[in-house]
Amino acid sequence: MDFFAFVKPKNELENTAEKQQNVPFVPDEMWVKCPKCNAMLLTTDMEENLHVCTHCDHHFRMSAKQRIELLADKNSFVEQNGGLTGRNLLDFPGYNEKLEKAKKKANESVRCGECTIDGIRTELCVMDAEFMMGSMGTVTGEKITRAFEYATENALPVIICTVSGGARMQEGILSLMQMAKTSGAVKRHSDAGLLYITVLTDPTTGGVTASFAMEGDIILAEPNALVAFAGPRVIEQTMRQKLPKDFQTSEFVLQKGFIDAVVQRSSLKPTLVKLLKLHGYGEV
Amino acid sequence: MSGTTPNTNPAYEKVLAARDASKLTAVDYIKYMFGESFIELHGDRRFSDDKAIVGGLAMLFETPVTVIGIEKGRNTKERMERNFGQAHPEGYRKALRLMKQAEKFRRPVLCLVDTSGAFPGIGAEERGQGQAIAENLMEMMTLKTPVLTILIGEGGSGGALALAVADEVWMLENSVYSVISPEGCASILWKDSTKAPQAAAALKMTAQDLFRLGVIERIIRQPKADDQAMFESLKLLVMRTFEKNLALSDEELTEMRYARFRKIGNPDNFNQ
Repeated sequence: MDFFAFVKPKNELENTAEKQQNVPFVPDEMWVKCPKCNAMLLTTDMEENLHVCTHCDHHFRMSAKQRIELLADKNSFVEQNGGLTGRNLLDFPGYNEKLEKAKKKANESVRCGECTIDGIRTELCVMDAEFMMGSMGTVTGEKITRAFEYATENALPVIICTVSGGARMQEGILSLMQMAKTSGAVKRHSDAGLLYITVLTDPTTGGVTASFAMEGDIILAEPNALVAFAGPRVIEQTMRQKLPKDFQTSEFVLQKGFIDAVVQRSSLKPTLVKLLKLHGYGEV
Repeated sequence: MSGTTPNTNPAYEKVLAARDASKLTAVDYIKYMFGESFIELHGDRRFSDDKAIVGGLAMLFETPVTVIGIEKGRNTKERMERNFGQAHPEGYRKALRLMKQAEKFRRPVLCLVDTSGAFPGIGAEERGQGQAIAENLMEMMTLKTPVLTILIGEGGSGGALALAVADEVWMLENSVYSVISPEGCASILWKDSTKAPQAAAALKMTAQDLFRLGVIERIIRQPKADDQAMFESLKLLVMRTFEKNLALSDEELTEMRYARFRKIGNPDNFNQ
């Protein structure tokens, strides 16, 4: 008897991709430890609770796929420019290897597409921390710019969920220029009288904060997300002093007047629907 | 200092030259280009007056212009006062206020950029450094008056870009413009900030690199303090560019500015 006939043929690439995808974000194991309160949570409980700790309300990071499932109506998301993926335009040392590794997890650091949210046609862009910590490269900027251009042509509102370590330094100046490019596309969409909502998730920093993340008509954030221009480590090095507790959290930037509201993940979709309807979207 | 360390290369030499404390700063350029005609305007009307950014009005030949420069300071006392050319949000908001004022009178705007970056500090974060830069990027893109930016030293990331969403961007031959400092890049990527020269080369941050990448329009010869002829020819170049763009309609002007940035990083361009 051929014993090995029972063993599923292994696709090395697919297998690792799937495993890696789940490591830091939504653990594959039965139990997951909450990094905030250290409680051991049953993975299924945590997932059912929208990847939020059932004890302390810690919001775990979600992949782009999970977030699209959270916000878009079932099967309504039609991805645009999904085939665009980063290239080593400057021949930056080590970047080819990094891209190759990242591409096993996702195509780029943002996914954009049209969907319906409670039946309302919306252009949805969701950044993905699984791809080089959501860093903004030329393709990220291009996809977001195209999303705004498409939304402007089709009179659609735009919702972006941000998560980013900032600009992608391996793409040098070309990555910095994406801040200006995306901001220009946001401005044109805005000048057309269309609604743009940003949802800041943990972490939203650097060049993304200093461009489209802070340009929404309405800016929401998930609880306790890091929202910063310069990251806490950079500031600590400059100031040579410990930073105050809760500095640069969603609640902190809310108190300082830079975002409109902190929204629990469980109320995110209903809040977005309410805001879309208040702007006259979804009326027949 | 650079001469004594073997760990250097042409790109890093440019970085050191761009940071050279004895080179001319923004207030020097204002003095040599506009002389007595310059009148400084202060404050963001919201919080304070950020001395890292100098702004005001001046005459360029017969044409009134708005001039905004990031100033590093020329000696220790000035450098402290100017926060070493690292602006806070109120600096970027002052710059935007002056640009909106220029738009009202359809006065051309000249920006002179020299900064290692926007200031990374508690107050800057509390007052919305990211938001201030983002707003400048958005508003400059559709500013209905000509904007020209010249990098006269360091162009550090978002803090430089916040004054560089322009119709054209020029750089001095010894200036650099980058998404991150070579030291920062080396310490993040290789956990070793002494590899800054390698990072400088990899980042393609010199004026010459950026010209090749199509990110800037012109490289300017480095002027010296007493080189009035050089400043006169720079003034002529600036004036010619402003005249060309003043002749455009608001729509043509803002379309052109958007197209300038729109093409950067579009894969359709690279595939050809």
